[in-house]
Amino acid sequence: MNTPLSQTRPASPSSPQGDNASGPAKPVPRRSRANTPTSEPDWVKWSLISVALVFIFLFLILPLAAVFTEALRKGSDAFLEAFKEPDAWSAIRLTLITAAIAVPLNLVFGVAAAWAITKYEFRGKAFLTTLVDLPFSVSPVVAGLIYVLMFGAQGWFGPWLQAHDIKIVFAVPGIVLATIFVTFPFIARELIPLMQAQGTDEEQAAQVLGATGWQTFWHVTLPNIKWGLIYGVILCNARAMGEFGAVSVVSGHIRGQTNTMPLHVEILYNEYQSVAAFAVASLLALLALVTLVIKSLVEWQFEREMRAAAALPPERPLAL
Amino acid sequence: MPIASGARRAPKRVLPGFKLTLGFTLFYLSIIVLIPLSALVFKTFTLTWEQFVFAVSSPRVMAAYRLTFGASFVAAVVNAFFGLLIAWVLVRYTFPGKKLIDALVDLPFALPTAVAGISLTALLASNGWIGSLLEPHGIQLAFNRNGVVIALIFIGLPFVVRTVQPVLEDAEKELEEAATCLGATRWQTFRYVIFPTVAPALLTGFAMAFARAIGEYGSVIFIAGNMPMVSEITPLIIIGKLEQYDYAGATAVAVVLLVISFALLLVINALQAWQRK
Repeated sequence: MNTPLSQTRPASPSSPQGDNASGPAKPVPRRSRANTPTSEPDWVKWSLISVALVFIFLFLILPLAAVFTEALRKGSDAFLEAFKEPDAWSAIRLTLITAAIAVPLNLVFGVAAAWAITKYEFRGKAFLTTLVDLPFSVSPVVAGLIYVLMFGAQGWFGPWLQAHDIKIVFAVPGIVLATIFVTFPFIARELIPLMQAQGTDEEQAAQVLGATGWQTFWHVTLPNIKWGLIYGVILCNARAMGEFGAVSVVSGHIRGQTNTMPLHVEILYNEYQSVAAFAVASLLALLALVTLVIKSLVEWQFEREMRAAAALPPERPLAL
Repeated sequence: MPIASGARRAPKRVLPGFKLTLGFTLFYLSIIVLIPLSALVFKTFTLTWEQFVFAVSSPRVMAAYRLTFGASFVAAVVNAFFGLLIAWVLVRYTFPGKKLIDALVDLPFALPTAVAGISLTALLASNGWIGSLLEPHGIQLAFNRNGVVIALIFIGLPFVVRTVQPVLEDAEKELEEAATCLGATRWQTFRYVIFPTVAPALLTGFAMAFARAIGEYGSVIFIAGNMPMVSEITPLIIIGKLEQYDYAGATAVAVVLLVISFALLLVINALQAWQRK
């Protein structure tokens, strides 16, 4: 799925440079080799770049641009009209509430799971790691269905819940549960490879020096994993706010009550209110863009720290 | 995940928090994932074998499997090809806007699927930017199977790029230089030196894109047209059965989908283990 931070490019200075490639690329290549035997002729290179760019233009840039142009097709007044509806606001509110519950819970789980899996040896560790990843391979629709089977009127706890007048499915708790399920592995899977690579030496040193468990975590582990943590949280958040399939199964689509933003987009679209649908969709697209920007910044920052750590004289202990 | 080898195994449980973190992990995993998933399995057991077979093999459901697997496969093949190409271009070449393109590759991860769905539909419908160009030539990409494939290509692209990219970055230049010294053409070097290096990663990316495509719902339903027997995907069958309160039927189809997802997960895990070797 997403490349874990620990795998992102270790500054490799060996990218072959074309003759006119003296742009602001980061590390100056030591050997600026134009058309060395291990690079392709220019015509091959530029045709490959063109094909890749055309593909990216068609499949990524055009759809993104279409969201905003469709939203503004009838001018900014029609665009703003979509947000005057109380249903739109309640959808936005529900989306924010859902993410505000799901992301912190998965954050706590992610840290706990990564700590347990990377700091200790125990039997069944590989199996546990696979189980943590499991929700990624379950179809969102199936993810919604399992909560209907648990808490729906005909489900395991259905009669009991009904007797006590508690609504989970077709209500907000169901939406939150389904969202937690689909975003379950995001933070854990960023942290596990990162903490695995860092080992336990620093924590053990802190222990020897008399730190308590919490002190060790807050002052030693947390600073080491902060970029991976932020990375996982923003990806988790983007998915939590944008989830459609799972939430659609458990929501019941009650306007103004159990509609999240993506579900609101669907309703508007199916009612042929295209401009309004794309207006709400454009907010979600903005969220996606912000997510990508933060993600890139985190990656660059992480790379910079890795390079700085690698540049330290070898006898000094490395921070990362 | 590589587990620390026996040679430098950390002394057992020096750090505090083992019971707390493992206990919480297992508790949370159980209530969110394992118990609900087992509900699915138990619900299936309320069906007789005949009922189960009937539910999962009616002609309409079979048509949906064929579409889901066929379209997912085609999309994953397209993604494998273009994903490798994009990863190659991003790793080996410099060109203006490269960092932007690199960041943009993750768009399908970040963009909600429903937004992708309505946006692709707007582009490819007969009055859209692309649809209006193709319509006069009799090419229809929306509201049929083509639309399904296109939505799945969008969804799966980052999987291939992001699995191949780090492998290409780590690939040793020296091997290529050696091949060139031994008289290989650039194509031969790619075919016999570079490609075998990235092949496991490429296959992993392919399997991930394929697995994701099989379960995908949000982006597809807007563009597919959803005609029974023609362009109705398997997840939509589940939704349809649920809307008719056929919980048992929905569960049966969901179990089939789930079993296939698990099988793919095992394949992906095996591929990743192979890749690390």
